[in-house]
Amino acid sequence: MNEPLPSFGTRFALAWRILFDAGLAARFLKAGEPEAPQLPEPEPIEAAKPAPEPVASRAEQPPSLDPALQLLGLLQREGRFVDFVKQELSSFGDAEIGAAARVVHEGCRRALAEHLTIAPIRGEREGAQVTLDAGYEVSSVKLTGNVKGSAPYRGVLRHRGWRAESIQLPRAVGDHDARVLAPAEIEL
Amino acid sequence: MNASRFAIGIDLGTTHTALAALDVSLASAAPAVLGVPQLVARGTLDRNELLPSFIYFGHASEGSLALPWDAERSYAVGAYARIRGAESPGRVVASAKSWLCHPTLDRRSALLPLAAPEDIEKISPVEASFRYLDHLAEAWSFDHDGAALGGEDVILTVPASFDAAARDLTVEAAYAAGLENLTLLEEPQAALYAWIEAQGARAHELLQPGDLVLVIDIGGGTTDFSAIAVLDDAGKVELRRVAVGDHILLGGDNMDLALAHGVAEKLGRDGKTLDRWQMSALGFACRAAKEQLFSEAGRASVPVVVPGRGSDLLGGALRSELTRDEVERSLVDGFFPNVDAAARPATRARAGLTQLGLPYAADAAVTRHLAGFLARQKQATAGLPGFSGAGGLLRPTAVLFNGGVVKASALRERLLQNLNAWLAADGAAPVRVLAGEDPDLAVARGAAYYGLVRRGGGLRIRGGTARAYYVGIESPAPAVPGVEPPIVALCVAPFGIEEGTEAELPPQQLGVVVGEPVQFRFFGSSTRRDDPAGLELERWAAGELEELSPIEITLPAEGRRAGDVVPVHVRASVTPVGTLLIEAVPLEPLAPDERWKVELSVRSSPAD
Repeated sequence: MNEPLPSFGTRFALAWRILFDAGLAARFLKAGEPEAPQLPEPEPIEAAKPAPEPVASRAEQPPSLDPALQLLGLLQREGRFVDFVKQELSSFGDAEIGAAARVVHEGCRRALAEHLTIAPIRGEREGAQVTLDAGYEVSSVKLTGNVKGSAPYRGVLRHRGWRAESIQLPRAVGDHDARVLAPAEIEL
Repeated sequence: MNASRFAIGIDLGTTHTALAALDVSLASAAPAVLGVPQLVARGTLDRNELLPSFIYFGHASEGSLALPWDAERSYAVGAYARIRGAESPGRVVASAKSWLCHPTLDRRSALLPLAAPEDIEKISPVEASFRYLDHLAEAWSFDHDGAALGGEDVILTVPASFDAAARDLTVEAAYAAGLENLTLLEEPQAALYAWIEAQGARAHELLQPGDLVLVIDIGGGTTDFSAIAVLDDAGKVELRRVAVGDHILLGGDNMDLALAHGVAEKLGRDGKTLDRWQMSALGFACRAAKEQLFSEAGRASVPVVVPGRGSDLLGGALRSELTRDEVERSLVDGFFPNVDAAARPATRARAGLTQLGLPYAADAAVTRHLAGFLARQKQATAGLPGFSGAGGLLRPTAVLFNGGVVKASALRERLLQNLNAWLAADGAAPVRVLAGEDPDLAVARGAAYYGLVRRGGGLRIRGGTARAYYVGIESPAPAVPGVEPPIVALCVAPFGIEEGTEAELPPQQLGVVVGEPVQFRFFGSSTRRDDPAGLELERWAAGELEELSPIEITLPAEGRRAGDVVPVHVRASVTPVGTLLIEAVPLEPLAPDERWKVELSVRSSPAD
């Protein structure tokens, strides 16, 4: 087989799919050898829908802090998130808190919508009877109550769960200190 | 014929710029929009499909505005620049595109930002356009291992209402950014191409000979109308753009501002005043509230909150509300009033032109502008097979909406309600609505698709130039004190010249002095369809001819004596790129095929 080796973009997209598709991961493991399962070609214009950059792998940034700081900075910029949680609420009435919550909710919601795809794990209505067959995705379901025996399990869906299906965060550029979540402002 | 792999569509908008790419080597290619990397905060790079058309000039205190491909950059383009526009407006260029079609000033002169502090080297509207395109070109290279955007086929959109000089200047900006394989496309046509692309094979069923599509494009800064006729060409459907509207500086930003001022007034009555930063935040909050009111029919009002500027979010916030009644009054009735077909937009006398500023539309009513367009263009389909004789107005059979403003169904309904009432009064059937795609990105997508159409395949819109052009010649009449000498308009470029073709050479001669620039007055008309090159117009109806920036001919002195008067003919053609080229052809050429380019709109007339 003289096929060219998959590009970095292809490999990255593949890793991503395996990470969020347990079924695919299982098939991958079953294959027993590192031959990749047949996947469709990546998007024709890879860059037009860029795969999220592995920000942490960039040597010049501290490996694990940057994405967390970027997310906080984003929520502060768009939704004043840090301002809100850092302020003491006890002296304010519900009306004032409500007004501020609108700013935070609208901004953070927009920021999340633009940078992450968050989808419910279960499609059923909360409160509905559900059955979990053997082989269900253990990591995405938590069993509560009278937990015993083996699958299939029958129970009531209490929370649909959330999964971040894709994420693409801003990244630091230049010599900017990512720990600055919001710069101090001085008006001249 | 063409080695490029991608057809690139670029929508260079007044408030936003977008790029879509279509891989022509794939059989089932569809345009994909580029997530443009841009600064969104200091030292923070993010991607967004829209690149706000703003430039921010950094101050020495903040160091460089580094990008991954340029660590030393001193300015920023995009989202961060727009944010800085509210915080530090003197350092930000906005609406460069509107300046690009300013009729009376030199669009190559460095005048932006208008109120720039001394440490900023101002730039011209042309250079601003170049920087937006350059940012896209750099972003493309960054994403494609250094491949140049200029190596691809680029289709750049311009408003249909752009005059010949504004098109020239846009091309100049694009060439400076290295976009050499360039074609211009009118934005409303691009919107229709996007619709055709999305419909696929069904487009042929939905558009029948005899249809006239009215494209209503209301963006952030401008409103643009075009009419495109569907013709039967020996059994095949042919599209022809038959009319374009005037350049109207009126868009969604005006509308959001009107709402924000209304709310600011309410807050003012409670003794609360807003600074510039809060006013800008209020604008964003009003836009969100408006969208919520439009999408939830049952709501009577939506709270509007302007957060305090300090780190204390609570306590500093200003709270008000936007009611449905206010939106109806200031937005729907203010910008889209119900008018009858005889309504015309108010015009402003051109007295204020010495003042430096953008010529915003004097009348904020989109419906009146639309009524005026349809009445002025009522002859646009005259003589076309399959179209009945003219009534009191041009009669579209279908409407395609485009631009961010018309995302609101209430505004679309209001426009349709007016349009259908005018058509009914004229004895015509109501229009169908062509359901459009994402109105923010359709123009870029449609432009990329046009790149595929040009390679053969798919419906193509024809039409040529949307104006006839005239050179003003002072007529040899005795001077009357206090009366301007009468002027004759010599038609040099008839209406509808197609790309890559030449107009006939008019027999008239103009005298040009060797070695010094000679200026002529220059006019355009979007309604005189039948004037041949060489026609001399002595009088015309009010509004029929619009005076444009003057044109200038400079004959080089080589081979001739400086100061001599040389008789020339003036010949017009449309270049393959889509710009108007006017050339002076000497009666007695010194070399075979001798001709000189006539500069369109070089500078404003001397102010004295």
